[in-house]
Amino acid sequence: MNWMKCLFVREYQLANRVGGGALIGVLFFLAVVTIFPFGVGPDMILLARIGAAILWIGALLATLLGLDRLFQADREDGSLELLVMSGRPLELVVLVKCAAHWTATGLPLVLATPILSLFVGLDFESIVRVTLTLLVGAPALTLLGAVGAGVTVSMRRGGVLLSILVIPLAIPILIFGVSAAMAGAIDSNNFLVPFMFLCALTLFGLVVGPLAAAAALRVSGD
Amino acid sequence: MNHVDFEVGSGEALIVQGPNGVGKSSLLRVIAGLVAKAKGTIELEGGMPERSVAEHSHYFGHLDALKPLQSVLENLSFWRSFFEAADFGDGKVRESMSEMEALETLGIAHTATLPAGYLSAGQRRRLSVARLLVVPRPVWLLDEPTSALDKASEEVLLGLIADHINAGGLVVAATHLPLNLPNTRYLNLSPVTTESEHMFASDDLDDYFDEDEQGEG
Amino acid sequence: MTLYDLANPTRFLKLVKIVLPWLIAATVIALAVGLYFAFFKAPEDYQQGQTVRIMFVHVPSAQLALMCYAMMALSSVGSLVWKHPLADVSAKASAPIGAAFTFLALFSGAVWGKPMWGAFWVWDARLTSFLVLFIMYLGIIALWKAIEDPIKAAKVNAIITLVGVINVVIIKFSVEWWNTLHQPASIIRADGPAIHSSILIPLGLMALAFVFLFVTLHLMSMRNEIMRRRIRAMRMRAASVVPAASSSTITKPAPAGAR
Repeated sequence: MNWMKCLFVREYQLANRVGGGALIGVLFFLAVVTIFPFGVGPDMILLARIGAAILWIGALLATLLGLDRLFQADREDGSLELLVMSGRPLELVVLVKCAAHWTATGLPLVLATPILSLFVGLDFESIVRVTLTLLVGAPALTLLGAVGAGVTVSMRRGGVLLSILVIPLAIPILIFGVSAAMAGAIDSNNFLVPFMFLCALTLFGLVVGPLAAAAALRVSGD
Repeated sequence: MNHVDFEVGSGEALIVQGPNGVGKSSLLRVIAGLVAKAKGTIELEGGMPERSVAEHSHYFGHLDALKPLQSVLENLSFWRSFFEAADFGDGKVRESMSEMEALETLGIAHTATLPAGYLSAGQRRRLSVARLLVVPRPVWLLDEPTSALDKASEEVLLGLIADHINAGGLVVAATHLPLNLPNTRYLNLSPVTTESEHMFASDDLDDYFDEDEQGEG
Repeated sequence: MTLYDLANPTRFLKLVKIVLPWLIAATVIALAVGLYFAFFKAPEDYQQGQTVRIMFVHVPSAQLALMCYAMMALSSVGSLVWKHPLADVSAKASAPIGAAFTFLALFSGAVWGKPMWGAFWVWDARLTSFLVLFIMYLGIIALWKAIEDPIKAAKVNAIITLVGVINVVIIKFSVEWWNTLHQPASIIRADGPAIHSSILIPLGLMALAFVFLFVTLHLMSMRNEIMRRRIRAMRMRAASVVPAASSSTITKPAPAGAR
């Protein structure tokens, strides 16, 4: 178990030290949210209506943005070879890397959400709902994104292809996330049903993401 | 690669030779478990039965596996905790060095707190070797170990490899430069078509997948 | 002839050579008969008029779009589990065909949608699912093109295809859920509960013709891919052979101990 802790700490530190770390993702999130009112007009009522969707799409894009380096940096400096050949279960290695990556880059997005919610005029309860759905749903984005990152690891400019491959997989997450965020009161069925589906998708990602990404990384060694 | 068959004993080194592109590196990568072998077996006699050969091995390739933003010590400590030590089998257990001891042995102890990005190419290579010292594993797979090393570093590295062999370790090195090591055997590879191209270039399926590799320690 | 024999590219090519003319003939005949029935025998719809005939292309295309993905997924299992290059070839050959049929389904749906819904595009659950499927096909084609080594490309594509298979089910479910949420019970279904035999027969004929078309295209595409790989293998072999005159001066003769 000690090795997992060490891997987590190292990955977290590296994610924070390289290229502005958490800040760059949050900045991108802010940029996406800012650009919407310029597109649809400064109509606070309209913005409040689509606010949850804006925040979710912003978070989705910000998550995808940082994922292409998840394994690529390790491949370029040779660390990936050692991670694969060491004998540690590669699925767990991937899981730990995803956890560290999410803690370093995904969690700041969730923390920034309440502040960015004010720009789109959400009321208090909506803010809670959007933040809660992102907290539960964003890890699923990272986990499914890891599959794309594993598949495109050997490509020099795999970032765009990664997004193209991952966005269709992310559609269910977006649907249930936004539905829960836009539903009525928190305790009603309208919120709970999609929210539970969202939880299920995250659990699903927890299994499929590491399995498929590890398989793809093993191929990359050939 | 077809019909590659070799044995290396404990306390011996195997030098894999051959022209460029013949598959010296591939052979090491197959033993390290990085490339799936089409056919054949790789066995380690006297090793831990529940572990693969790769889990008894250190792989020392062209890349240094260092993170430039982390300090030299952080880099080394991580690999020390990440890799699991493996027994030498016949009771010849080598005690592992601490990180600082390894850095001192390699003459880069003064850089311990510096970011690894500040090191010169030769120093980076030495730091990469330090990984082999802090985690005891019996099999060392070395891919062109002396490339990018100056004369002094090469001497240090060859000394360490010799120590490993004398302590009962096992070395498989791919190189086109002569290596001055004790107890050396040689394996010469010559070019053949690789199996994937074979499949489509030849009409005969029987020739496909005709590989036999064996290593025993 | 067993499956093992089929797995040999050369024997496979021989078989394709024998089968292909028959398949082409069957496709042409089935298409001709199907189109004849669709255009001259099937009645007009009392509401939609002539435009209902688009259905005879739209429904089989949609069916084939899904069948291609199933083919790709099965081939992917073959290339991951048995690691056989012919399964790789089959998966690679399916992707563009599947994309083409998905495009055909989307296009015919849009053309059909204009008179029916008054718009070329509505975010109907089926259309949306197919759009997502189309993006997935294009992503997979792009991934095939992005990796030079065909064996590595095959494995990587097999992984993403299989993840996609699990996800297609979830996407389908979630999109339908999403659709009923936003526009409750306004979906117009092409296949009502009872279809008259005068429509069912041409529809079945067209479906059969499209299946023949798919098998023909798939085999042709596989044949082309095998040829492409053969050329690649020959070129690589040509590059790796040392000319006889220079070999004695540059390289030493091959030592014993290895072949």
